[in-house]
Amino acid sequence: MSAESCSGRQWLVTLPSLTWLAVFFVIPAMLVIITAFRPADLQGGVGPGWTLATLREVQDPAYLPILWRTCWLSGATTVVCLALALPVAFQMARAGQRVRQVLLLLVVIPFLSNFLIRIFAWKSLLHPEGPLTKLLIGLHLIPENAVLLNHAGTVLLVLIYTQLPFAILPLYAAAEKFDFGLLDAARDLGAGPWRAFSKVFVPGVHRGIVSAAVMVFVCCLGQYVIPQMVGGTSDEMLGSKIAQRVFSDRNLPHASALAGGLMLAVLVPMVVIVLWQQFGRKEAE
Amino acid sequence: MEDFLIIDHVSKTFGAQRAVDDVSLTVAQGESFSLLGPSGCGKTTLLRMIAGFERPERGRILVGGRDITALPPELRPVNTVFQNYALFPHLSVWENIAFGLRMSRRPREEIRGGVERMLELVRLSAHARKRPAQLSGGQRQRVAIARALVNRPQVLLLDEPLAALDLKLRQHMLMELNTIHEQIGTTFIYVTHDQGEAMSLSDRIAVMNAGRVEQVDSPEDLYETPRSSFVASFIGDANFFTGVVVEVQDEGHVRVLVEGLGSQLVFSSGAVTVNQTLRLMVRPEKISLTLTRPPSGERVNAFRGVVEDIAYFGSHTRYRICAGEHSILAQLQRSRFSGGEVDPARGAEVWMSFHPDEGRVVRLEAVS
Repeated sequence: MSAESCSGRQWLVTLPSLTWLAVFFVIPAMLVIITAFRPADLQGGVGPGWTLATLREVQDPAYLPILWRTCWLSGATTVVCLALALPVAFQMARAGQRVRQVLLLLVVIPFLSNFLIRIFAWKSLLHPEGPLTKLLIGLHLIPENAVLLNHAGTVLLVLIYTQLPFAILPLYAAAEKFDFGLLDAARDLGAGPWRAFSKVFVPGVHRGIVSAAVMVFVCCLGQYVIPQMVGGTSDEMLGSKIAQRVFSDRNLPHASALAGGLMLAVLVPMVVIVLWQQFGRKEAE
Repeated sequence: MEDFLIIDHVSKTFGAQRAVDDVSLTVAQGESFSLLGPSGCGKTTLLRMIAGFERPERGRILVGGRDITALPPELRPVNTVFQNYALFPHLSVWENIAFGLRMSRRPREEIRGGVERMLELVRLSAHARKRPAQLSGGQRQRVAIARALVNRPQVLLLDEPLAALDLKLRQHMLMELNTIHEQIGTTFIYVTHDQGEAMSLSDRIAVMNAGRVEQVDSPEDLYETPRSSFVASFIGDANFFTGVVVEVQDEGHVRVLVEGLGSQLVFSSGAVTVNQTLRLMVRPEKISLTLTRPPSGERVNAFRGVVEDIAYFGSHTRYRICAGEHSILAQLQRSRFSGGEVDPARGAEVWMSFHPDEGRVVRLEAVS
């Protein structure tokens, strides 16, 4: 079989998923960006003609603190999730077949209950009259009048809770392929357990780290339910603003401009990372 | 020579299995020593206990007079060349070799000097910037050796160092390992299941079987005077016969009656008594084949058989010969064939003979 017909067949096989991506991702994304250049009408729809007014509107400096908060909350969530997930993935990959399956199941179990219900659970847990608040006050770990709900820390906590499985799974996939004999070699060459982990295991699963980081970071950027439900009024993220523009203000172009900006903000670093990884792979060959 | 590495009554069990069973060994400084045995004999477990990856349940391990039994691997004066090399894929050849020196936080100059010297020793200076994935098997092997030796270990452990290489490369690396050992002078401990490898690499070999050491000797002594039939059959090929002692002569010669072959005069290094049942061993290449009866004499064992099978190997030819109940393996160099112009063909009747000193009593206890 010639290389050409082989690649032709490969295209044929990829066609359904490409079509799917085009119809349900590329075209809607284009529509979002196009909408940003249309004027808003009073019924919450899109009026005729073209305008750059929306682009000027979204340059409102009031968005800057929100943008900053979105970035640091997402960044902090990513860092904490990676720090928690690395040792978990390490232990899972080293565990026996049965233990490993049980652990995998435990990681996935939260997904069996509805996302909103889990956030509500956090809300009642952290409520001033909730069990967690009472317990912590009872143990004198927090002052009597402490409020656990409705600030940025709460948003961070719940973000970490929801995103942790998305960090564990790609890291586990990478750790499973890691040759643990390399850790013996590191120990043999004078590295203590911690240095063997950081100098050999962590670089060994760096692809998994990149995937997990992208996964968590990107998912955090678009969050709006969590800040709205467990955060205070001053803990809005960019996602909250987009939702507000769509559902309350009924200003689709404005929401589209924000969403399009966020999309570009995510896509550009991802393309850079992918290119950088492929460059690294080429170099290693 | 003084004992440098001492393994003192070491035992290790995995579940119900005794992997290493009360093993004691001593290795001299600068010696090249092999642990040889079939898979599952405990040789790798013993090596991992010396390296520090396994803890013995009983016994002690000493290097240079220091008890290292309780030390973690990173604190032992021992480095390992792993079977699959275990090179760090994310580091260059240079950084792989530098790893140990960096871990012990040596000054930059010393690291550079050490790595360059090792690269020269294993002749890889031109490949210093490459990643392990870009190297051939033999080159990876040499990186693994350099990475271990750069730390100046007091003992270098090599786990099946040639197993992953193809035949030609293996023979080349065999010579190279011997050269490196001569240049460095460190104690080398090999683990191998390949008797040829062990014979050509080591000063002494410990043959292990089922967690125990069967015999520790030089390659020559193991081959010529194996103490058990396990050692005799594991080191090279051997014909075994069971017989009863009929006469004990002077200078260790005994006459043994082997059913179907008549009485044979063989050598015994231990004391035997008349009427004792024992096992004797003759190496295939010690047996001469002739078409006519060899000149009879007191000092020659001769018996007749029919050639059953012939295998030609170029440098030598092997014959499987049937003599009554016995199936005997004989191996001839072409030039040594003395029975005439032609080789014995399949089905031909031949005479086999061997000198009494080439027949050895391998096990003195009674054989049931």
